[in-house]
Amino acid sequence: MTEQVLDAGDGRAPAVNSRRRTTLRPRRAKSKLASSFQTPLWHRVAERTIAVLALTAIAAIALIFVFIAREAVPMFWEVEFAEEVELRDLFLAKEWKGYDEPVFIWQPVGEPAKFNVVPLFVGSLKVTFLAMLMSVPLGIGCAMFIALYAPRAVREIVKPAIELLAGIPSVVLGFFALMVLASWAQAAFGFHFRLNAVVAAIGLALTIVPVIFTIAEDAIQSVPQTLTEAALALGARKYQVALRVVLPAALPGIAAGVVLGFGRAIGETMIVLMASGNAAIMEVFDFTTSVRTVTATIAAELGEVAQGDPHWRVLFLLGVMLFGVTFVLNIVGDLAIRRLQKKLTAES
Amino acid sequence: MRHTKKDWLLAGLTGLSLAVILLLLAVLLGQIIWHGAPVISAEFLTEKPGADMISGGIWPAIYGTVFMTLLMTLAGVPVGIATAIFLNEYASPRSRIAKVVRLAVNNLAGVPSIVFGLFGLGFFIIFVGGSIDSLLYDDPTPVWGKPSILWASLTLAVLTLPVVIVTTEEALRTVPRELRDASLALGATRFQTVYKIVLPNAKGGILTGVILAVSRGAGEVAPIIFCGAANFLPYLPTDLRDMFMHLGYHVYALATQSPNVDAAQPTLFGTVLVLLVLTFSLNLLAVIIRARSRAALRP
Amino acid sequence: MSKSEPSVAQAPNGVKMETRNVNISYGSNQAIRDVDLDIADRSVTALIGPSGCGKSTYLRALNRMNDTIDSCRFEGHILLDGEDIYGRGVDPVEVRRRVGMVFQKSNPFPKSIFDNVAFGLRIGGEKDKDVIAERVEESLKGAALWDEVKDRLQTSALGLSGGQQQRLCIARCLAVWPEVILMDEPASALDPIATAKIEELIRELREQYTIVIVTHSMQQAARVSDSTAFFYMGELIEHGKTDMMFTRPAKKRTEEYISGRFG
Repeated sequence: MTEQVLDAGDGRAPAVNSRRRTTLRPRRAKSKLASSFQTPLWHRVAERTIAVLALTAIAAIALIFVFIAREAVPMFWEVEFAEEVELRDLFLAKEWKGYDEPVFIWQPVGEPAKFNVVPLFVGSLKVTFLAMLMSVPLGIGCAMFIALYAPRAVREIVKPAIELLAGIPSVVLGFFALMVLASWAQAAFGFHFRLNAVVAAIGLALTIVPVIFTIAEDAIQSVPQTLTEAALALGARKYQVALRVVLPAALPGIAAGVVLGFGRAIGETMIVLMASGNAAIMEVFDFTTSVRTVTATIAAELGEVAQGDPHWRVLFLLGVMLFGVTFVLNIVGDLAIRRLQKKLTAES
Repeated sequence: MRHTKKDWLLAGLTGLSLAVILLLLAVLLGQIIWHGAPVISAEFLTEKPGADMISGGIWPAIYGTVFMTLLMTLAGVPVGIATAIFLNEYASPRSRIAKVVRLAVNNLAGVPSIVFGLFGLGFFIIFVGGSIDSLLYDDPTPVWGKPSILWASLTLAVLTLPVVIVTTEEALRTVPRELRDASLALGATRFQTVYKIVLPNAKGGILTGVILAVSRGAGEVAPIIFCGAANFLPYLPTDLRDMFMHLGYHVYALATQSPNVDAAQPTLFGTVLVLLVLTFSLNLLAVIIRARSRAALRP
Repeated sequence: MSKSEPSVAQAPNGVKMETRNVNISYGSNQAIRDVDLDIADRSVTALIGPSGCGKSTYLRALNRMNDTIDSCRFEGHILLDGEDIYGRGVDPVEVRRRVGMVFQKSNPFPKSIFDNVAFGLRIGGEKDKDVIAERVEESLKGAALWDEVKDRLQTSALGLSGGQQQRLCIARCLAVWPEVILMDEPASALDPIATAKIEELIRELREQYTIVIVTHSMQQAARVSDSTAFFYMGELIEHGKTDMMFTRPAKKRTEEYISGRFG
C-alpha cells in the first residue's frame, strides 16, 4: 500500500540527510534547526498586540481608581472647599444651627450645605440588608431545589428562566418596582410612603437571586457524589444528607455567592434610584420609610453640579468609597471561591 | 426511598422559593407585555417623540441604543477576546502577569455601574476629551470634552470587558488540549495553533459570550447618565460627539422626572417592552448559536 | 541503579538522535534521571516500562512537546543529526517539523479528512494547491488509508473509525515529511484488528523514518521494534536489540519486568 511513496523517491542514499523522496522536498538549509521557515511578521505583530491588549483590564481598574480619586482629593487642600465644608462634618455628627442636638445630615442644597455621608451609607446598607434577607434564602432555596429535588424537565425550564431574569436590565426592574410593586405593596401592607426601603429591596432581590442561585447551584453540584452516597449508605435521610452533608460542603461556595451578591446589591443604582423614594433620612430601623443610597445620590445629583464644586468633590468621594467597598468584597468573595475549589480538589 | 415529613418539608420550602421567583418573573413579564403591547405600533417605533416626550414615538431612543451598542461592541469585544486568548493560550496560569490580569478582571466585574459613570466622566470626558480640546482649540467651548455617544460607548465597553473575557475564556477552555498538541506537534507555531485550531473550534462559544455581554451593556443606564444620554433629542446622532437618546435612560427620565407620570404610563410600558425585546432577542440569539455550535462539534 | 552507558544497539544506518544526561522534572518530582540513549536511524526503537516510569515524558522531550507543559524542567542535551535541539536559538517549531508525533488518543481536527492532512503543509507556508493535493494523497497512501477514504476526502475526519482516525493522524504527521516519528502508545485505544494494521504500518514506515514508540505491550514491542529501551522509575535500565532483550536481558529488573513479575 505504501509502494507508491517508496517508488516516488529516488532511492535512499546511505547518507543520513539526503533522503529526497520526491522532487517536492525542500532542500534543508545547512543549519537545520535555525529555522528554514520564517514566521510571518504579522503573526509576531498580532502576538505582541494580544499581550498588550491583555493589560487593558489592569489599566482600566487603575484608571478607574485614579480618575475618580482625582476629582475627589482636591478637597483636602482647596480653599473653596474648606470655605464651604469642614472635612470632619463629612463623617461626624454636628449640631447645626436650628438643631438642638448633633445630627448626621445630607442636605447639599441647604444653607449651609450639609454633606454628611453617614445617612447615605446607612441607606445603602439598609436596602442591601433587606434585599439580602430576601434573596439569600430564596437563592439558596432555589439552588437546593434544583440540585437536589427537581426533575430534569423542571431543571431545563428553570435554569434558562433564571438566566432570563439575570438578563433583565436593572432599569426595567426599577421601573417594575416603581410602577407595579410599589402600589401593590402599599395596598397590601399600608405603607405610609409608597416608595420605601422594602419596595427597593424587592427590586434589588430580583437582581441578586440569580447571582446567588448560580454560584450556590454550582457549589452544590460540585459536592462529590461519593459524599452523598456515603451518607445515604449510613442510613441518613435525604433531608439529613442535604442539610448536614451537602450544604456544609458547599458552604464556602454559597458564602462566596452571598458576598458577591452583597457587592452587587450595594453597587446597584437604577433600582434604588427609581424605587426607594430617595429621601436622605437618618433612620436605621424603620424599613418602611423612604431611603436614599450612595449610588442613587451620585446618579441623581451629579448632573446638577458644576465641575469642581465642593458638592462635586463629595460625590466623587462617595464613588471612591463605593469602589473601595466593592473591591474588598470582591477579593473576599474570590478567596472564598478559591478555597472551595482547593477543598474540593483535595477531597476528590 | 421512603420520604419522611421532614423530607417533604425541605422539598416544599425550597420549591416554594423557586415558585416565588418564577411568579415574580411571570408577573413582571406579564405586566410589561400586557400594558406595553397595545402601545406598540409602526408609528411608535418609527416616529420622533413629541415635545412633551409622551406623544409620538421612540425612534431616536431605539436608534441611539443600537448605535451605542455597536460602538461599544467594536471598542470592547476585540480587547476582551485578545485578553482571553492571552490568559488561556499564552500566559502560564501561574505567572504573575496572568494572576494580576485575572485579579483585575474579577474586580472590574464587581465595580458598580455608577462608578463606571464617574470614571467615564472623570477620565474620558474631562481628561481625554478635555486634553484633546485644549490641544486643538483655543475656543473654551468644549468639542470633545463633553458628554457624547462616543464616550458613553467607550465607558460601557470597559464595563462589558470582564464579561467578554470570562465567557471567551470559557469557550477557549472547551477546545481539547489534544487538538493543540496535534497542531504543535505538526510544527505549527503557537499563533498558528490559536488562529487555525483554537479559535475556529471556539467560535460558537465566543460568539455566544460576546452577545451576552453586549446585551448586558445595551441595557445599562447608570454609566451613561453623565456620559452622553440625553433626556430629549429631536434629531438622530450623526457625529460621534453628539449626545443620544437611549431606551433605558428614556424609561428612567420619563418615570421619575415627567410632570405627569400617569399620562406617561403607556409610553413607558411600550418603551420598556421594546428594551426587553431588544435584550431578550440578543439573549435568544446567543442561546441558538450556543446550541448550534455544540451540535457542530459532534461528527 | 548505575548510570547507563550510551549504547547503540544496532545502527547499520548510523545514529539519528543522541540523548545525553537528560533530566526532566515536574516541579519537585523528577520524572527522568540521567538518561543517555542513542536512537538509530531508520529503525524502530520501543520504549517499555511500567506505567509512570517516565517513558512518555522522555518521548515528549524528543520533539520538545514538554515545552508546552508549564511546570516541566529539562536539563541535558538531545542531538538530532548532531545538533542540540535544546540549544540556544533553536526554534522548537522547527524541531517539531522534523520530529513528528502521534498521540495515544487519536486527535484529528474537527475538519475534513483532506484538511487534516493538509494542515501541516498549509501552516508551513505551502500555497500551491496541486502540491498540497499530491502530498495529501501520498501521505494517506503512506499511512495505508487512501483506499478507504479517497472517495470522501471532504467529509469530517470525526466520522472515521478509531483505527482510521489514528492512521489519519499518522498520515497528517507524514505529510510534513518528518525525519523522526514519535508514537505514544498509538494503538492502546484500538481493537486488535486496527492494532494489527497500525503495527504493519509501523514496520513499513521503518524503511524511511526513524520511529520511537512507547508501548505498554511487550508483544507489540517484540513485533515492531528493532531495539528496545527499558525504563524503570525514571531511569534507563537497559537498551539493546529487541530479540536480545526479550530472550537474554542483561539486567535482573528487565528480566523481571519482561517475565511479568511487575508492571
